[in-house]
Formats: sequence, structure tokens, C-alpha cells
Amino acid sequence: MSEVVQVAEAAPVAAASTTRRGFVRHVMLGQKVALVGAIVLLFFIVIAVIGPWIEPYSTTTQVGKVYAPPTGKHVLGLDDGGIDMLSEVIQGARVSMIVGFAGAAVAMLIGGGVGLLSGYFGGKTDIALMRITDYFLVIPDVPLMIVAAAVFGRSLVNVILIIGVIYWTSTARLIRAQVKSVRERVYVKRARALGGGHGRLLWKHITPQVAPLLVANTVLTIAIAVFAETYIAFLGLEDPSTISWGKLIQNSLTGGAIFHKAWWAIIPPGLCVTIVILAATMMGQAMEDALNPRLRVGHLSVRRFRLRPLRGRLDSE
Amino acid sequence: MDYIVKRTAFAIVTVFVAITLNFVLFRLLPGNAVSGLRCQHCTKQFRESIVKQYGLDKPKLQQYVIYVERLAHGDLGTSIADNRPVWDDIRTPLVNTLPMIVVGTVISIIIGIISGVVAAWRRGTAADSANLWTALAFYAMPTQWIALLVIFYIAIPLGLPASGIESNTLGILSTPSTWAVFSDRVSHLFLPALTLGVGLYGEYSLVVRSSMLETLGEDYVLTARAKGMRNWTIVWKHALRNAMLPLVTLIALSLGSIVAGAIVVEDVFSYPGIGLATIDAISKRDYPVLQGIFLILTMSVIVANYIADLVYFKLDPRVTE
Repeated sequence: MSEVVQVAEAAPVAAASTTRRGFVRHVMLGQKVALVGAIVLLFFIVIAVIGPWIEPYSTTTQVGKVYAPPTGKHVLGLDDGGIDMLSEVIQGARVSMIVGFAGAAVAMLIGGGVGLLSGYFGGKTDIALMRITDYFLVIPDVPLMIVAAAVFGRSLVNVILIIGVIYWTSTARLIRAQVKSVRERVYVKRARALGGGHGRLLWKHITPQVAPLLVANTVLTIAIAVFAETYIAFLGLEDPSTISWGKLIQNSLTGGAIFHKAWWAIIPPGLCVTIVILAATMMGQAMEDALNPRLRVGHLSVRRFRLRPLRGRLDSE
Repeated sequence: MDYIVKRTAFAIVTVFVAITLNFVLFRLLPGNAVSGLRCQHCTKQFRESIVKQYGLDKPKLQQYVIYVERLAHGDLGTSIADNRPVWDDIRTPLVNTLPMIVVGTVISIIIGIISGVVAAWRRGTAADSANLWTALAFYAMPTQWIALLVIFYIAIPLGLPASGIESNTLGILSTPSTWAVFSDRVSHLFLPALTLGVGLYGEYSLVVRSSMLETLGEDYVLTARAKGMRNWTIVWKHALRNAMLPLVTLIALSLGSIVAGAIVVEDVFSYPGIGLATIDAISKRDYPVLQGIFLILTMSVIVANYIADLVYFKLDPRVTE
């Protein structure tokens, strides 16, 4: 009798972890690093959103001596133009997070779209799309980014588009593999036999199945996009008036922070980038591991820890 | 055999894709490559002569044919900023970059292997997790930021050279000996290479660790242990050899990321390599040079990928796809 009760109690828990919200909770609570990653990301998102209201000083007016050290009034000191560093780091969060999320979203749309079409239709469509993906994968990302940014101009929208257009490839491959297996499941075949059109099958039956994996992969792409932004800003290919973390790192070099021994101008922006990338990597990887059975087997057997390279576009599979 | 033919064909087609992309991207410029120029001698006549020289007034398809023909003869075009052949402009930076990249990669491999092996051998201990978090942290740091930290916390306190490729004072009083020049170069190369190595080692370390864990669980390692071999012999002679396979291909495939790291490292250290040449070309809007650099870098990455494919085939003939 007591056994039956136990089973009855255990069942709803198992069922909950198969629904999507239950799944996220399951991953977050199961792996502490994922939870920490999510909290850190959320923290920076909040900073980015409420930035303009919490910046203690304006980022366009000089408030003190050039490279004045941190004091109670200016917690992170002043930069090469005598501007409050804390305010700049907060504003940098805004731009870097926008580029990170929007760039990753563009990559998600392109990669997800290509992966869905390629995996669903198979045949010639698949071959053609995968060839394009292969070629894109081989061309080195940073030189391409430099050329594209130099050619298309320096607005923030361009930076976002360039990042999205460059980093969609591994998403496309991952989604394609997943779609190929989903397509063969019985309920999809039944829906097709009942006369469901391609659009309906793709949107109603296949996309919901691959969506969690797509989201997990996009979280990983956020790390790559934030990293890429620092490159673009550092190479002077961003709108000169925007303040991003990448731009602040560049400022500390060109403004001679090293000569002035102004560690407060060098450390904060780079540290923020590092923390956000770590957080996104932790969270994305934990989600991907939980979703992709193939990775999970590898994970369990060797306690393998994979990293998706931030520069270069090595295929993760 | 079939596999090799397929990979070769893929590499050749990719080269053409890169060339075409290079051509198309630079033709997408608003106006043309000439109107955006910023230089002292850019008079109207000069601009017109450039337009003639590049055939920018001809139909696009014809321009493409001319471009490919020139490339086939090894002609990368002429720099607009200094009017020299592009190849002459980027040859010296390439030669300067090469040793820096090689030393940096070797440093990253050495740190990666040692830390990965130690972490795998002491798995689950504090040393293992310390290594995991250090590797992850370096993996997540922007390379240019590592370079700034290296200058700030290592070069300046220790008085090591952190700018340029050789000392300004070298050879002022007398002709320096070969040894003096060499040691001066090495001292200037060391910190940029170290930065590059530290920025890259994180990925290698974690790959070595996981593949070591895999091989340490194999039967032949157990046999070696049963035979009473020393731990050191087991790790270096038996396990590591097989654990190296994934690393070999990873390194060949990560040339793109090595190049990316080198570009910003050179900028911070003012090291006159291909990265500094790129930044110079960006600021001068010298598109032919930028185009040449893009092509050279892309070609090297494609060739490295191709070699990696062949090496992988040699190491593991089971691959067919």
C-alpha cells in the first residue's frame, strides 16, 4: 500500500520535469552553476535596463581630474576625460548587453531557420543549405567581421547584424540534427498523413520540440556575441560615440591608463565581460547538456566539459 | 581515397568562395573603394587613375574576371595609401607575426597539456576544480584585456619590453651582433606570445583533461598499472599519446582563433605584425590592403583546415564523412 502511495507521489514530479517550465527549474536546481549563471545574467540585464536612472554622473561631462583615483564620491575613479568610470561601466553594460542579446537573436533566427528547413525538407534543400553552412564555417570570423564592419559602416545595428550573420552556423547544424530525428517521430508522421501542410508541421509540431535546444544554444551565442563586440569596438569599428565595455577597454589603452597607473580604468570593463561570458557559458551549457541526450551520455561517462570556442568558429559537434 | 578527393574539392571550392566573397564585399561599398579614401595625395586625378587601374568603371562581371586573373598571377593589387604593391606592404608584417603566433601556440599547448594532465590525474580534487575555473576564466577574458593586464602587472613592474619588435637604441652606437639582435627580438616577442598563449590555453586544457579521463579508463592503462609501472610512465607514455589525438585536430582547426587573438595582441603591444597592419589599413581606409590581408588570412585558415582533415584521416582512417 505504502509503495503505491509513493509511486503516486513521485509521478507528478516526473511529469513536471517534462513540461517546459518544469524543465528549466529542473536544470537550474540540478546544476548550481546554471543557477548562478542565470542570476548573474539577470543582474546585468537589470543594470542594463535601469542604467540611465542609476548612473551617478553624466557620461559626457568632466567631473574631476583626469584619471583621478577612486574615492567615496567616484567609486571607480575617473577616466582619461575625467568622466566617472562607474557611470560609464553601467552605460557600457547597456550597449554590450544589447549587442549580446540582439546579435544572438539574429544568429538564432538565421541558424534556427536554416536548421529547420534543412532538417525538415532534407534532400537537395538540405545539401544546398549545409554546403553554404560549411563554407561559412571555414571562413575565419574576425577577419570577416573586420572587413564587413569596415565596409558597412559603424552603427550599432550594423554591429548586431554582422555578429548575427557570422555566428549562426553551429546553431544551424545543431538544430538540423535535432529536426532530423523529430521529423521521424510517429506523431509527426501521423500529422503528415492527416494532410498537415509543411508550414503547419514545421510550426506546430517540430519547432516546439527543438525550441528549448535553440534557446540553450542562443544563451551560448550571447557569450560569443559579447566577446565579438569587444573585438569590434577594440578595432575601432564601432560608432565612436557609443560607450560599450569593448570601447572602455580600448579607451584604457588609447587614453594611456597604463602610464597613469589607473587600474580602475582597465579592470572593471574587462571583468564585466569575463563575468557575463562565464555566466552565459555556464547556463547555456547546463541547459544544452540536459536537452541533448547525446551530450548527456558523454557528460556522464567522462565528466567531459566542452567549450564552444569564442573566437573562430569551430564546430561544437 | 574518396575522402581525400572530397576534402580537396571542398578546399578548392572554399578558396573560390572566399575570393568571390572578398570581391563582392568590397564592391558593396557605398560609391566605390576610392571615394572613401583618406590620404594626402588623394587628388581628383589620382582617384580617377585608381578607378582606371582597378577597372572600376567596367561591368561588375568583367571586374571579377580581371580580379581573379590578377590573383592567379599573385597580384593582390596596389595599396592606395602608399601606392606600393599590397604584397610588399603585408609581407614584412606576416614574417613578423609568424614567430609570435608559433611561440604563442606552443606556450598554450604546453600549459594546456600540463594543466589538463594534472587535472585529469587528480580528478575531483581541489587542484582539478582550481584548474577548471582558471581555464574557464582565461577562456572568457577578452585577449586584448589580458594583454593590458600583462603590460600593467608584469611588463612594467619587471621592466620587460612591452612595445614594438626591437629596442630603439639597438645599433645606435655600433653595429649590433647577430646574437644581440636575436635576443632583443626574443625579449620583445615573449610577452605578446605569452598573452596569446594564456588566452588560448583554456580550451586546450579542458580538452586534454576530458580526453585524458577517457584514456585513463581504458584497459591498457589498467594493464600498465597491473604491471607495476610508475604513474609517470603510465601518464606520459601510455595515456597521453592517445589523449593527444583530439588536441592535434583542435589546434589545427583553431588557427582562426589564433589569428583573431594575434590581431588584438599586436595592437596592444604595438608589435608590427599583420594585426597592426590591419588596424593601420582600417584607419586609412586602405581597402586593397584590407582585402589582401583578409584573403591571406582566409587562405591560411582554409589550408589549415584541409591539413587537419588529412591528419585526422591519417590518424583515424575510419572517418569517411
